[in-house]
Amino acid sequence: MKLAFEIALRFLKSSKGQTTLIVLGIAIGVSVQIFIGSLITGLQKSLVDKTVGSAPQITVSPQEDGAYILDSQAEAKTINAANPEEIKNLVAVTQGPAILNTSDESATILLRGFDWEAAQGIYKISDRIIKGALATNDNEIIMGEDLSKKLSLSVGDTIELITPARKTGKFLITGIFDLQVKSLNESWILSNDRAVQTFLETGEGVSQIEMQVNDVFAADEVAGDIKKRLNDDALVVTNWKEENAALLSGLSGQTASSLMIQVFVMISVVLGIASVLAISVVQKSKQIGILKAMGMHNPKASLVFLLQGFLLGVLGAFVGVGLGISLSWSFSTFVTNPDGSSLVPFFIDWSFIGISAGIAVAASTLAALIPAIRVSRLDPMEVIKNG
Amino acid sequence: MDNYVVEVKGVNKVYGKTIKTVALHNLNLGFKTGSFNAIIGESGSGKSTLLNILGTLDRPTKGDVIINGISTKNMTKGRLSDLRNETLGFVFQFHYLLPEFTALENVLMPYRIANGKADKKSRDRAREILNLVGLEKVENNLATNMSGGQQQRTAIARALMNQPKIILADEPTGNLDSQTTDSIYQLFRKINQELGTTFIVITHDRRVAEKADRIVEILDGRISLDIVK
Ligand SMILES: Nc1ncnc2c1ncn2[C@@H]1O[C@H](COP(=O)(O)OP(=O)(O)OP(=O)(O)O)[C@@H](O)[C@H]1O
Ligand SMILES: [Mg+2]
Repeated sequence: MKLAFEIALRFLKSSKGQTTLIVLGIAIGVSVQIFIGSLITGLQKSLVDKTVGSAPQITVSPQEDGAYILDSQAEAKTINAANPEEIKNLVAVTQGPAILNTSDESATILLRGFDWEAAQGIYKISDRIIKGALATNDNEIIMGEDLSKKLSLSVGDTIELITPARKTGKFLITGIFDLQVKSLNESWILSNDRAVQTFLETGEGVSQIEMQVNDVFAADEVAGDIKKRLNDDALVVTNWKEENAALLSGLSGQTASSLMIQVFVMISVVLGIASVLAISVVQKSKQIGILKAMGMHNPKASLVFLLQGFLLGVLGAFVGVGLGISLSWSFSTFVTNPDGSSLVPFFIDWSFIGISAGIAVAASTLAALIPAIRVSRLDPMEVIKNG
Repeated sequence: MDNYVVEVKGVNKVYGKTIKTVALHNLNLGFKTGSFNAIIGESGSGKSTLLNILGTLDRPTKGDVIINGISTKNMTKGRLSDLRNETLGFVFQFHYLLPEFTALENVLMPYRIANGKADKKSRDRAREILNLVGLEKVENNLATNMSGGQQQRTAIARALMNQPKIILADEPTGNLDSQTTDSIYQLFRKINQELGTTFIVITHDRRVAEKADRIVEILDGRISLDIVK
């Protein structure tokens, strides 16, 4: 093995031009893979993040309309136990529709109440307050920017809300928020959980429990875990993937096409290596012949060429990873939106890079298989006869 | 029949399937341990064919090659490789050194094929042999950075590395001037006498042949002359 390795290394060193060319070929293949891979992944990540990054990814709510989850703390515990690794940012939400009346206008809104601290995980409300402060007392609310503009309301004003059960209440606006989604800014009115529970008379009950997961693409599996754990037909578990089928099929289309590109890149790399090594077998046939005449066994002689493929693969993968990462980095740094933010965020997925590099090494070794077989068939007599 | 280190029995060699060339005709020939033998004959008579069969590089169409008293007929390729590595040393008309390696590394090659790594002892031995062939000064030169004579002497040193019982040489000095030729044959003789290595050398040079213990002449694949001194 050591001798075969050393001979392989010397063969590669002795034809530096060829070696450089083939390493460059592999490197470009690997870097294209990494570049396209991280581009697509980065694109998808940012797309998914924009879509569901600041929204609940799994929601547990009562089957029956208008029903409440009574012991929300116990349920939250059960939910969390279903998959504690993945589940994060659990928050119980009490909500109900209401009509907002001002002196001259009215609007239908959704009143939502939660524990501000727990809600910070998903909604990051305290970062989204653009005027005033969070509503911490009963009869205080915060309002979306668009709604406040539409109704010409601002911090310090008082509004009246009427529930479908015709209960009315007066609320002081303590802050204006911007959740960066127009439809929410137009329709949500938020408050602390106690205030809403009192106004809607739900007692201890909450409308739903919302949460996020670490791996957003595993949301459906985690939702399944939760359903099993809860084992309660009165509750339904929904996840973002069910509700965003179109987005998901777009993403998987993208993934499939990037995979295709990568497969073809790899095939061309393999063909390149195989043909260069095949030429190299011819070039080195004298050496192989004499090694065999001196008693080197066929498998050992073949190993020399397999190792050449392997070494080329390792070298090419190494250079390719460096090239691919710098390519991705340059792309995210220099290709920007008009506001200067990068069009596609720089994203390094080491496991993907590792797989790409691994495939390159395996493919290179595999590509050396045909030359290696030719080597084992080479008869030393041919070499010795023909000088 | 007694103490032959290598022997061919009833060996036939036919080349080609449609147009058949008979290179060797039912040859019986044995070489004694420690002897120095010259094979002569005109071009195309079958000398190289015989030597390659003796060295198990080529297989006879019919007949058997017996090395160290053991028939090679039913040996596997791997077993034959080991046999070549352990008991045979080859010197060809062309040196066939590995140009990617230095003289010393080339000499070590047969040892490393058998043992993988070269230890200190084997390195010392390789240097000693290089000394013997007068190449101590160029032992770290790449094979390509040596003169023709130096390359051929390196090839001889390599053939000696595993202390083979038999050295098979096919016109080893065919490309060298007469002075180098002389020094190489003196070296062969010296090794033959000091180590008891059996030599079978193909040569065109009558002068060289006459210094051998035995001269075998091949003519059209048959032995036409066999002189033992
Ligand atoms: N591969 C082959 N295919 C067909 N015929 C061959 C082959 N190798 C050798 N021969 C024939 O076998 C005969 C013996 O060849 P060989 O090489 O043994 O001659 P030689 O005595 O070594 O000649 P030289 O002194 O020129 O080296 C020749 O007639 C040659 O043409
Ligand atoms: Mg010949």
